[in-house]
Amino acid sequence: MRNSKLVSLEEAIRRSGLTDGMTISFHHHFRGGDKVVNLVVDKLAEMGFKDLKLAASSLSDVHKPLIEHIKNGVITDISTSGLRGELADAISHGLLKEPVVFRSHGGRGSAIANGELKIDVAFLGASASDELGNACGVPRSENAKSICGSLGYALPDARYAKHVVVLTDDLVAYPNLPAGIRGADVESVVVVDSVGDSSKISAGAIRDSKNPRDILLAKQAAQVVINSGYFQDGFSIQTGTGGASLAVVKYIREEMVRRGIKASFALGGITAHMVKLHEEGLIGKLIDVQSFDKVAAQSIATDPSHVEVSSVEYASGQHTGSATHALDIVILSALEVDTDFNVNVLVGSDGIIRGAIGGHQDTAADSALSIIVCPLLRGRIPCVVPHVTTLITPGKSVDVVVTEYGIAVNPARPEIKEKLEKAGLKVVDIQDLARKATSIIGTPDPLPFGDRVVGVVMNRDGKVLDQIHIVK
Amino acid sequence: MMFVPGNNPGMMADAHIYGPDSIMLDLEDSVTMAEKDAARLLVHNALKTIDYGNTEMVVRINPLSTPYGRKDVEAVVKAGVDVIRMPKTETADEVRELEAEILKVETEIGRVGETRIMAAIESALGIVNAYAIATASERMMGIALGAEDYSANLKTNRTPGGAELLLAREQIVVAARAAGIACFDTVYSNLDDMETFRKEVELIKTLGFDGKSIINPRQIEVVNSVFTPTEKEITKARAVVAAIREAQAKGSGVISLNGKMVDRPVVLRAERTIALAVAAGVISEEEAL
Repeated sequence: MRNSKLVSLEEAIRRSGLTDGMTISFHHHFRGGDKVVNLVVDKLAEMGFKDLKLAASSLSDVHKPLIEHIKNGVITDISTSGLRGELADAISHGLLKEPVVFRSHGGRGSAIANGELKIDVAFLGASASDELGNACGVPRSENAKSICGSLGYALPDARYAKHVVVLTDDLVAYPNLPAGIRGADVESVVVVDSVGDSSKISAGAIRDSKNPRDILLAKQAAQVVINSGYFQDGFSIQTGTGGASLAVVKYIREEMVRRGIKASFALGGITAHMVKLHEEGLIGKLIDVQSFDKVAAQSIATDPSHVEVSSVEYASGQHTGSATHALDIVILSALEVDTDFNVNVLVGSDGIIRGAIGGHQDTAADSALSIIVCPLLRGRIPCVVPHVTTLITPGKSVDVVVTEYGIAVNPARPEIKEKLEKAGLKVVDIQDLARKATSIIGTPDPLPFGDRVVGVVMNRDGKVLDQIHIVK
Repeated sequence: MMFVPGNNPGMMADAHIYGPDSIMLDLEDSVTMAEKDAARLLVHNALKTIDYGNTEMVVRINPLSTPYGRKDVEAVVKAGVDVIRMPKTETADEVRELEAEILKVETEIGRVGETRIMAAIESALGIVNAYAIATASERMMGIALGAEDYSANLKTNRTPGGAELLLAREQIVVAARAAGIACFDTVYSNLDDMETFRKEVELIKTLGFDGKSIINPRQIEVVNSVFTPTEKEITKARAVVAAIREAQAKGSGVISLNGKMVDRPVVLRAERTIALAVAAGVISEEEAL
């Protein structure tokens, strides 16, 4: 091929025009198995780059090596949806001078599209690519080894970054089409040994939770959905991936079959549970920004009504026509909910960052009905509290909170409360839930926060929502 | 009745959220010798501090013949337990010994007569003495089968069909009914086989048991679904009860429904069906009237 974009990683970096102080970006579709971030940043360090700004769609335990790169001044600025593990712990204790900027998935997509988050060079891992950079997350040859399904979070980077480098461990013949990342947006293609550890990219078969508390929460949440008034033919739904959220789908399915109700679409992180309902004809389309397991990744590779969308199309608050605007019901989890219905999904009750905003803000704000499923207590940690440690999703976006001790409905939604009470569900005041938690556990000591700000939480509209302080 | 180990604070704290009719906090077989004192303290504090709502609270104590039994009685009676479950009961004298022990503690705290007794029968001798045990004290609220020890005592093994337990189960139901108290069946421990569990619950319901002991919240739904009367059963029971009322209103001693005579046992069964439906929350108390 005369115009092959195939080069080594070092050559791709040289050609990109990257200089100290610029912004590089990554996606997190390979989740805990991601090898791209560490591979690229190691190479950048080796080549002597300093003061780089890292804009990832999310970071997790596997990105622990960034700690050394931050200490050595290679990375001096981070924006992401979430942080976990040792990197999160180190940042909570003040590793990085500049505060980490946290955005929701929709918020990041908007920020890239409207130029607020400018990306100089995007390094995007792909399960398959041809020499011109048509790249995707689904298998396109027998050699495919790192399959992630949808590449939704990488698509704004591919479209808007000044320079795009695709990294793949399965180079296939042109034309690798259809493909989410289009060759026209790509400058270089780099073949590497592996972009991800497939055993850690996604979970395998469906495992139903056997945890009785998860089952109880799931049954209650399913009852809320069923009796909310939104459970009608043609409804749409999104769920998270926690044990309880997955189990909700099972109980909703039973009622859909019983009443002969079908959903028009399921949105978001798509799971094997949703694929099953789709294949049974109970869900029309699957709109997929991120495929959560092997079954979902396989389905998006072969099923034309299982559609890949970018994070902008998924959940941007600043673009009309994003899928969340058409969403009826979302079921979400929480680390903490407070008595004003504010939710925290990012910072643990010990003040350490241990989560991700994900699509929480976006889906809660845009959906017709947002349901938070959250145990009242996790061991000795209260989850319904007077004030959340960090504000991630404002209470005005949250309609119902389901706990094992009862269901609280936002006073702004009296009609939902009435419907749930009429259905015989145990509706309680959220103040009573917080009091119940305190009565069992007592009042926790205040967290040992210092003055320095280590994180800034952005709202999806681009405004600052809250700050995260250093943990002493 | 859901069994909860008395040395597991996490499980004790929220056992009631799953909606069992009663919770049995265990100080006996699920607690090792080394943890007996710690568990007793935990159970005492759980009973005093956790709001279990309307759930009936039972504690299984260690036998009085062990160094722990009397301390257990003192701790749980002082904490206001509803029912003490006595394990491995073989004779009426043992029940009376426990009764005396309870009375001693109750007298001390000025709460006489509040604590009831359930006796677990777990041996051949206990089965032979079932009626004597069931009638040994005014405090007796029920007897229960403990199948593991019982089948070991019989020199046999437990089987899925439960043939080895048939006599014991029938004897316990008969003794309980003769004494006018409740009877509860043994636990089923394979949580992965809900089908066999369901069959066992159906069997013991047929035999006449009032309830089943369980070891995990996941078993509650199965027990409730077997014991809760169906809509058809409730409708029929209501018709019977309505017919009685009508007959009573007319001053007639003979009750007939759809042209058939209704016997007294049919009436009793209908009343029991409605009581069960109310207990299961399928119909309200007003609807039952």
